[in-house]
Amino acid sequence: MNQDKSFGSRVFDAVNYTLLALVGLITILPFVHVIAGSFTTVQELAEKQFVLIPTVFSLDAYRYILSTNTLFKAMGVSIGVTAVGTFVSMFLTSLMAYGLARRDLDGRGPIMFMVVFTMLFSGGMIPTFLVVKEMGLIDSYASLIIPGAINAFNLIIMRNFFQNLPDGLEESAKIDGCSDWGILFRIVIPLSMAAIATISLFYAVTYWNTYQQAILYLNDSTKWPVQVILRQIVILASGMSADTSDLGDGFTAPPEQTVKMAVIVVATLPILLVYPFLQKHFAKGALLGSIKG
Amino acid sequence: MNQVAAKSNAIAKKRGNESGLFKRMLKNRAIYLMILPGLLFFLIFKYVPMWGLIIAFQDYKPYLGITGSPFVGFEHFERLFSDDMFFTILRNTLLLFGMNLLFYFPVPIILALMLNEVRHAMFKKWVQTLVYVPHFMSWVIIVSITFVMLSMDRGLINEILVMMGFEKINFLLSNEWFRPMYILQVIWREAGWGTIIYLAAMAAIDPGLYEAARMDGAGRFRQIWHITLPSVRSVIMTLLILKIGDVLELGFEHIYLLLNSMNREVAEIFDTYVYTAGLKQGQYSFSTAIGFFKSVVGLMLVMAANWLAKKAGEDGIY
Repeated sequence: MNQDKSFGSRVFDAVNYTLLALVGLITILPFVHVIAGSFTTVQELAEKQFVLIPTVFSLDAYRYILSTNTLFKAMGVSIGVTAVGTFVSMFLTSLMAYGLARRDLDGRGPIMFMVVFTMLFSGGMIPTFLVVKEMGLIDSYASLIIPGAINAFNLIIMRNFFQNLPDGLEESAKIDGCSDWGILFRIVIPLSMAAIATISLFYAVTYWNTYQQAILYLNDSTKWPVQVILRQIVILASGMSADTSDLGDGFTAPPEQTVKMAVIVVATLPILLVYPFLQKHFAKGALLGSIKG
Repeated sequence: MNQVAAKSNAIAKKRGNESGLFKRMLKNRAIYLMILPGLLFFLIFKYVPMWGLIIAFQDYKPYLGITGSPFVGFEHFERLFSDDMFFTILRNTLLLFGMNLLFYFPVPIILALMLNEVRHAMFKKWVQTLVYVPHFMSWVIIVSITFVMLSMDRGLINEILVMMGFEKINFLLSNEWFRPMYILQVIWREAGWGTIIYLAAMAAIDPGLYEAARMDGAGRFRQIWHITLPSVRSVIMTLLILKIGDVLELGFEHIYLLLNSMNREVAEIFDTYVYTAGLKQGQYSFSTAIGFFKSVVGLMLVMAANWLAKKAGEDGIY
């Protein structure tokens, strides 16, 4: 769009491109540092502080992690919670979003208001904790999923998407004798795969990153997901050396830098793996939500 | 007679509507069934806790429950407002919020303006791909990475400081470094992601405007200042309202992860205090009172900010 070829404009471009390249680098250098650091030896890390490509390649840190089962178990918990949670959330969100997308529904307005109001006001941490406790969910994996099963924001994105599908589709399906459930599962959902992929990924990332709910609702440390273990191993052991008592079995001594880095990499890996897929969809999804929400 | 007839007519009409409503609802029963699980979710996990705020006015005992615990009126609120800790928390919360507004809020706007000037589609895409990444990482990951880098024991930053002939700094256990560390983490994680909405608004600007500006001899900076920025003004306003509504929502996880016994004086905020006083020390009623205070103030701020935006001729958010 900008065909300005003047000297000032060229200088502007040069400065702008350089600064942006720097911003991009600064954003990912810490990740690169940690990934590279996890594949090297403690000695090399000590000699050359800034490791971007390790000259001494070593899997010691990972070997150490694998020899203890704390992290392994936590990975299992996180994977399970992410898979089940994403499915439950998508199922409940799609059903409710489709219902609320039907303009002919009596009571749609008040229900929408009810949903939006929860984004403005909440009972807070303690009353919510008491409800979860009353439901008998404390120390169960379900406590990581059910209390946050539907995200109001995601629900509104889905509803907007469903609402923008042409009405004629549903009408003709109805004339052909299709039930409301049939319309949802055979017509609406197959047409909404872009939105479903986006929201599923949002939910999946949230479940993978679950931390707060785990420390609120899981007293039993054998059930902790990977984010909580990550905190035990890296954050509690850095600087706050007084409290390494609950690092979990296998991590009795404060771990070496390389081990900490390897644990960070392992906890981050699944997100880095889905990121290319995520990236294809999320800009659209985020816009759907923020503009029309 | 006429009046009576009119009345019974009206009643009949109303009945007709009612049975019409009933008929419609019956016809749509499948739809209601679809909404039901979600509705139950919101009622149980969002609205029951709102009702649970009652315990802020009680001396709540878990074995007595909400129905059995005695009411004590505003006792917990009185205790809260006479507590020195309250003012420390309030000060910390407001300061961190102020830093968010001052140092974080403009960054995505500037970054979006810069990205918007890029004409190489590939370069733009690469930079965007890179700067979006941290948004998808949990706070635990972000804080872990910075802790590894800031650690006294072979942390990258401290090693660089030593190399340059400075003393090591114990960033993680210091009062002075807490706030800069906090805000830099916020910027690192969210600035890139924050550009999305501005970039979308900028993409919708009519190219003719730039052409006209160039004809008038406007350079790149003047084009940004007179065309791009005014065009995204309403988006900036909307996001500012949303941000102001979040004054007290600094995020439990982030602060909790940074919090330790050495920096408590500057790091403790409402959420972390509710967690320690409530769940760790079992003062359910007292910490619910803090949470209640926070929720009410938050709601009022959203409404006030929205009202102000409408006064200023913007759309507001609802």
